[in-house]
Amino acid sequence: MKLPHFEYEAPASLDEAVALLVAGDGSARPIAGGQSFVPVMAFRLAEPSMLVDLRNIPGLDKIEITDAGVRIGAMVRWRDVLDDARLVEALPLLPAAIDHVAHYQIRNRGTVGGSLAHADPAAEMPTIALTCDAVLEVVGSKGQRSVKAADLFMGPLMTSLESDEIITSVLLPAWPADRRWAFQEFARRRGDFALAGIALFYDEDASGAAHNVHIGAISVGDTPLRLAKAEAVLNGRKIDEAAIAEAAAAASAEVDPSGDIHASARYRKSLVGTLLSRALQGAANRKAK
Amino acid sequence: MKSSTHPQNTYIGGHVERVEDYRFLRGEGQYLDDISRPGQWHAAFLRSSLAHGTIRKIDASAALAMPGVHAVMTAADIEGNIPTIPFRRPNPTIGPYAQPIIAREKVRYFGEPIAMVLADTAELAEDALQHVVVEIDALPAVIERVHAMSDAVLIFEDTKTNIPTVFNAEKGDIEAAFAGAHYVIRDQFATQRQTALPMETRGLLAEWDAQLGQLTVSGAAKLPFFNRTTMANMMNLPEEAVDYIELDVGGGFGARGEFYPEDYLLALGARKFNRPIKWIEDRREHLMAIGHSREASCDVELAFSKEGVILGMRGDLYINIGAYVRPNGMTPVRNAAQFMSGPYRIPAIDLDAHAFVSNKTPAGTYRGPGRYEGCFFIERLMDQAAGALGIDRLELRRRNLLTHEEMPYPLATVLPSDGRAETQCDSGDHREPFETVVKESNWAEKAHLQGQLIDGRYHGMAIGSFIEGGASGPQENVRMQLEADGIVSLYAGSSAIGQGLETVLAQIAADYLELPMERIRVFHGSTTYLKQGWGSYGSRATVMGGNAVIDAAKKLLGEFRLHAAKRLGLAPEELTITEGVARAADGRSVPLVEVAKDGINVDGFFKNQTPTYTYGSAFAHVAVDPGTGHIEILDYVVADDVGRIINSMTLHGQVMGAAVQGFGSVFSEELVYNDEGQLLVGSLADYLIPLATDYPVVRCISLENYPSPTNPLGAKGAGEGGIIPVGGVVANAVANALSSLGVQPKILPLSPSRVWELIEDARARA
Ligand SMILES: Cc1cc2nc3c(=O)[nH]c(=O)nc-3n(C[C@H](O)[C@H](O)[C@H](O)COP(=O)(O)OP(=O)(O)OC[C@H]3O[C@@H](n4cnc5c(N)ncnc54)[C@H](O)[C@@H]3O)c2cc1C
Repeated sequence: MKLPHFEYEAPASLDEAVALLVAGDGSARPIAGGQSFVPVMAFRLAEPSMLVDLRNIPGLDKIEITDAGVRIGAMVRWRDVLDDARLVEALPLLPAAIDHVAHYQIRNRGTVGGSLAHADPAAEMPTIALTCDAVLEVVGSKGQRSVKAADLFMGPLMTSLESDEIITSVLLPAWPADRRWAFQEFARRRGDFALAGIALFYDEDASGAAHNVHIGAISVGDTPLRLAKAEAVLNGRKIDEAAIAEAAAAASAEVDPSGDIHASARYRKSLVGTLLSRALQGAANRKAK
Repeated sequence: MKSSTHPQNTYIGGHVERVEDYRFLRGEGQYLDDISRPGQWHAAFLRSSLAHGTIRKIDASAALAMPGVHAVMTAADIEGNIPTIPFRRPNPTIGPYAQPIIAREKVRYFGEPIAMVLADTAELAEDALQHVVVEIDALPAVIERVHAMSDAVLIFEDTKTNIPTVFNAEKGDIEAAFAGAHYVIRDQFATQRQTALPMETRGLLAEWDAQLGQLTVSGAAKLPFFNRTTMANMMNLPEEAVDYIELDVGGGFGARGEFYPEDYLLALGARKFNRPIKWIEDRREHLMAIGHSREASCDVELAFSKEGVILGMRGDLYINIGAYVRPNGMTPVRNAAQFMSGPYRIPAIDLDAHAFVSNKTPAGTYRGPGRYEGCFFIERLMDQAAGALGIDRLELRRRNLLTHEEMPYPLATVLPSDGRAETQCDSGDHREPFETVVKESNWAEKAHLQGQLIDGRYHGMAIGSFIEGGASGPQENVRMQLEADGIVSLYAGSSAIGQGLETVLAQIAADYLELPMERIRVFHGSTTYLKQGWGSYGSRATVMGGNAVIDAAKKLLGEFRLHAAKRLGLAPEELTITEGVARAADGRSVPLVEVAKDGINVDGFFKNQTPTYTYGSAFAHVAVDPGTGHIEILDYVVADDVGRIINSMTLHGQVMGAAVQGFGSVFSEELVYNDEGQLLVGSLADYLIPLATDYPVVRCISLENYPSPTNPLGAKGAGEGGIIPVGGVVANAVANALSSLGVQPKILPLSPSRVWELIEDARARA
């Protein structure tokens, strides 16, 4: 579990970073907090020719809150998200989810961009991005482009990014103040990757019926998932006991998780429903502002 | 008041802070990875990726061609037979199952060493591993009990069976006991494969001095002297030509510090190439290479009278000891048979403990070996029997716990003998810690919570009891030397594995010498300090080392008396010695420091073949979330009687740490293999040990009501007890919580997934 040999550069601009990635021709990799990729290298699952450290590139570590929403720089660390009191107002689902990411030391280093690029289906940030209809800004040899979170995740640890593309920020669209939301996850120990997790929000119309229901699921598929069937159950309905039970059953039915050494597939399937019903109860009971 | 045979003391029994901690907290600890030698090479081991197979070819040429790579050693580098690792507790039938130090024709487990690469850096050595080509023809992997015990595939082709030994534990008339029973409970249980998981992985630095013909091995732990003897024999060196040097040690728990194949290969390499060779095991390697433990199952019965008195216990235990019998691989097996009766009065016993080999990592000891497993089995039987007999669970135990009047109480005899066929609980009244726990846990006030669903979680409680063997013989040695500045240097054969040995030995020495602790300096563990010593295993260091300290302290004071008397021209018995000063009746006196130049140096020892038995009880209050299968420990109380408390702070550290380690055993730690015998656990993200914040509530109560009659201190070993009851007590509390559903946990760990499935299946049945 010692690192393989690699070259290391920490360029001061995006242009230089992209140029290094291009020169590496697929075998150079960006590195941010290193909390996912260094272990990958230590296990010799990846042996890049060069690591291009993004730490010296200015402007990637800001959290900006505008009318459009919350824009988070790729190098923003979990610690920064949790320390930013504005987010509790602007997008409360985000800090609630990030509170479950890893442990103290890892949160001081792990980054939002790194997590999105790493695309672990058991991680919180990819599911939050997907659930919130986030849009990523990406820079590569062909210039800058926007990528919807929904188009990013291709499989476990696989994204649609080119090998010379760098995520610079992610925009989570603005929230209405009275949106209802909840985050529920269950892990074997606090800070471990989730056995399953649910991120959800919805808006209520004047009659109290839910619409714009967004439900994201963690760790029950090859990528972060939206639970379209459970959403369909709830859209246009009041969130009462019957609706919750029906949505939970739909959620369990529509996921097809695999079993591993930590939990069986059958358990994970059920857990999704349990967590969704707890999330819905939480969201419904949360006092509207 | 302490009894008058003890000197008036100020340290023993106190809440004395560990003297080691200053060093550790300042970052001044010296672990193996902190030392390096000029010109050293680093070793990395190529390990089998198959569980069972025949080696066809090993081609290291590409690796050898890499810059910085110096050698690749394989079985071909060893002349004659491949040496095997010796047994620490031999018995007549295990010979053919010993582990060769490197695989030649066959590999028998995933992780078995096949080659050792030597290179300038650890990174290069690891790089080179990827370029050693090994071809292995797969053989069928034997993973689980039924397959292994069928002998359909023999793991050792020259033997007739995959069962190296069946230990029988016997006592009383078993037929009569069951014939006369009012009620018999029979059930099957299993505990999962685990490992001890010291935070510091294994590692050694081997150095060869060609001029002196001297081998120095740094990084010793647990039993440096035994390992030195072993190494000397295997290397064909006189014992004096081998030194084992102990550094700071990041935990042992029974696994780290045993003699492993790598130890010998490193020494062999150091001598062959006349280079210091360093190796630190990485965590993935650690999980596949260090001794595993605890993979046990059983089919056992308990016979009761109508009144709930246990009449007899019989049945079979099955222990998966992995691919080879390692130095102490049989200890958990024979222990499970002998100690399953635990704290209970069981007049008739007939248990067969079958050790079977399989294509998994060889097993060894882990804190409370065999006892944790046995305690889980019998405590599960006790609670189920209480239900069937209609007797309160606590009351059933009260009727069967051993009392003071019955001491010493003989346990079952275990044959074949591995050196200690017979043993007996030495002293104590097992009802005392039990009632202490009943009281401290507020059982009576909480009793109404049992089985209740409160805020979505089921509450349950249980109390169970245990015995812990300690003070492994045969002897421990201590040397004391009076230094010029009046400090007493104490050299102990015991080794430190994180348990606070320096503190405890210094306390004892200070009290018996009547000196401040600051005047005692403790050195331990290295073979350079003493001609012979034993080490730290079987909860022995405090009892064996501590009593040897007393012997040395008395001898040192005797010398002081002689030398002081000579100075004053008096007969020795005319002096009184208190607090480091020898005084004559006429008012003249000689302080200890004054005789230092006389060169006072004494050897103390303590011989004892009779183990001590600490005993205790534990309480758990759990809440079970039926939706997630999560179990929270709301309260945990453990009380044990250790004969004599030397240091309540280090003692509580031991008990609390062991309890939390036990929670890891019950809930989350498991070495999972697939059907092909590949270990699926490769990191600490897979092997889930408790985190510091996971189990905030563990309360410890220590008693010292019944000193051990086996040693002058009256102390008992206390390093392992805390872990022993955890499986049984927690599982019983979970069964109690889920009693409305009829859930009976029989297999550990109680992972969320398993607990949820137990609940689901029970609901489906209902
Ligand atoms: C013990 C442990 C527990 C953990 N638990 C959790 C958990 O519960 N939940 C969770 O979500 N995470 C968890 N993590 C992962 C942690 O949050 C990581 O830090 C995070 O997933 C990746 O961020 P990073 O900055 O460390 O990325 P890195 O490791 O530096 O990089 C990860 C990948 O992203 C690429 N990359 C990085 N930045 C960019 C960029 N700007 N553009 C394009 N590609 C980029 C890299 O090339 C690499 O492929 C855990 C990690 C550890 C070690």
